[in-house]
Amino acid sequence: MYRYDQFDQAIVDARVEEFRDQVARRIAGEMTDDQFKPLRLKNGLYLQLHAYMLRVAVPYGTMDSRQMRVLADIARTYDRGYGHFTTRQNLQFNWIKLEDTPDILAKLAGVQMHAIQTSGESIRNISADQFAGAAADEVCDPRPWAELIRQFTTFHPEFSYLPRKFKIGLTASDNDRAAIKLHDVGLQVLRDADGQFGFRVYVGGGMGRTPFVAHLVRDFLPATAICSYLEAILRVWNRNGRRDNIHKQRIKILVHDLGAEEFTRQVEAEFAAIQPLGDDIPLAEYDRIAAYFVAPPFEQGLSDELDLSDPRFAAWVERQVHAHKQPGYAIATISLKPIGGIPGDVTAEQMELLADLAEQYSFDELRPTHAQNIALPHVRKADLYTIWQQLDAAGLGTANLDWISEMIVCPGLDYCSLANARSIPVGQKIAERFADPARQADVGELKLKISGCINACGHHHVGHIGILGVDRKGTENFQLLLGGSGAEDASLAKIVGPGFNEDGVVDAVERAVEKYREIRNPGERFLDTYRRVGVEPFKEAIYG
Amino acid sequence: MKLLTGNHLTEGHVIWWTGDGWSRHVEQAVDVGDKAEQILQVETAACRVNNGYAVEAEAGPRGPVPSHIKERIRATGPTVRPDLALQPADKSAGSYVI
Repeated sequence: MYRYDQFDQAIVDARVEEFRDQVARRIAGEMTDDQFKPLRLKNGLYLQLHAYMLRVAVPYGTMDSRQMRVLADIARTYDRGYGHFTTRQNLQFNWIKLEDTPDILAKLAGVQMHAIQTSGESIRNISADQFAGAAADEVCDPRPWAELIRQFTTFHPEFSYLPRKFKIGLTASDNDRAAIKLHDVGLQVLRDADGQFGFRVYVGGGMGRTPFVAHLVRDFLPATAICSYLEAILRVWNRNGRRDNIHKQRIKILVHDLGAEEFTRQVEAEFAAIQPLGDDIPLAEYDRIAAYFVAPPFEQGLSDELDLSDPRFAAWVERQVHAHKQPGYAIATISLKPIGGIPGDVTAEQMELLADLAEQYSFDELRPTHAQNIALPHVRKADLYTIWQQLDAAGLGTANLDWISEMIVCPGLDYCSLANARSIPVGQKIAERFADPARQADVGELKLKISGCINACGHHHVGHIGILGVDRKGTENFQLLLGGSGAEDASLAKIVGPGFNEDGVVDAVERAVEKYREIRNPGERFLDTYRRVGVEPFKEAIYG
Repeated sequence: MKLLTGNHLTEGHVIWWTGDGWSRHVEQAVDVGDKAEQILQVETAACRVNNGYAVEAEAGPRGPVPSHIKERIRATGPTVRPDLALQPADKSAGSYVI
């Protein structure tokens, strides 16, 4: 994993002290809230429904045990004993005091973490495949590229006054675990026929109130040109993007308005002008960064055999364990979605256990996922049973990955000042309705995603089943959507019909699932059946 | 009736105007009528409230109850974490969020 050099550390330390001064001036009344708000947002500090909320960046979803232990310490010392993993692989603390924030940021800086660019009109934390560097199906570890892009874009003056926020997603696999086509820029690392690395570049994806699947603008960009190409994309957006209506300022709106072809033409023209200037980061710098991401010292000759005589362990392995590129090793995903729990929430004690497990069994690496889980990327298969036993004892042994109860859920109206409806209680009721593992196993892969407002932090647009909470004359109402996907077969879900109250939408989900079970062909997932038969049979089942 | 609410500047928690100061307990809030702007101007300038605004409420048996669910949740805490909910000044008040 990347380690700060003296420049990185100096930048982050200076930023903490700058914010310490700004907080002191605000508390002393030397700044108004209007003056202070953009400064706190630049440091990840929001004012939410009940308190200040601090969003901590986990760059491309990679962290170590030392960092996780500091998060646990912050949760215990400054918050209420827990944190919340988000759909951008970050962590949020919900009960932060303004006066404590500089000390918290200083603690984070001590372990090479920060909250910079987790808010505001900036290039946000880059999302990446949580299995990067471990997956059997990737062409390379994409994280050196993510780190290079992070360094290129952080505090870049040209990107300091963007029309809106800007999100980049990155993978190096055909199996898209990072939802790259739902990002402002989605990047897939590829190899060409000569074995040279490059990027497939998608632009203009996103969710929110106007969802779009990104357009392909370059099928193969030589990898070393990535910084110029990103600059060209951002420059076209900066030049032509709207700034008169906050709802129309994301790059996806520009791509849609210009058309993908014209947008691509402008990007290519800009790229042709920029690239000869030699602004791309030299390959030696990539090599310097890549040296931090060399594969850990895996043991050779380990067996792939597993003792699955404990049926609960066998069920966990079946759901939560994925193939590793190294024989004898596996990737273990820890579900943060216990039945009836709050998706993504982790107590300080659980964070410490995760840190211990990573340190002892996973070459000290932890990977928050965009689906609000935590992956241990490099686990010896022989250690899986011990790991599972410890997880199970701590309430983290749930086996439900990609099943209906393993849902993405935003904080909703229980925490968020933008929300219109509570999403967590709906998720809890659905999880309880489908709690029986045998029933979930029979239903199979079904990605349910719930948002408490149109901003879509819960990714409802790309749920096989999506739920959107809205405010109908002061009452919570829930719209049901079907047919979305955030994976390599990305598609946007469509609203089925009139909305429901909280219990009504739980019943509606159940009726949709039962209809699927009735009409599915062998081997079909819920999404496959929906795509084959269309919405009508489901609509009839839901509304009668 | 209209209540005045906002957040404590340094602590961040939700506060309600009581006529002569701020309380965490909505049942202690008072109807500010058409004086919301006037009070907010003074209190904001003195850094005694952050992000203040007026909300609609109705009279309840133990004090005012905000009309909108969002403000009722603000008044007590996340409905999914009753262990973190603000206990009312009157312990018998019970939950009126939903």
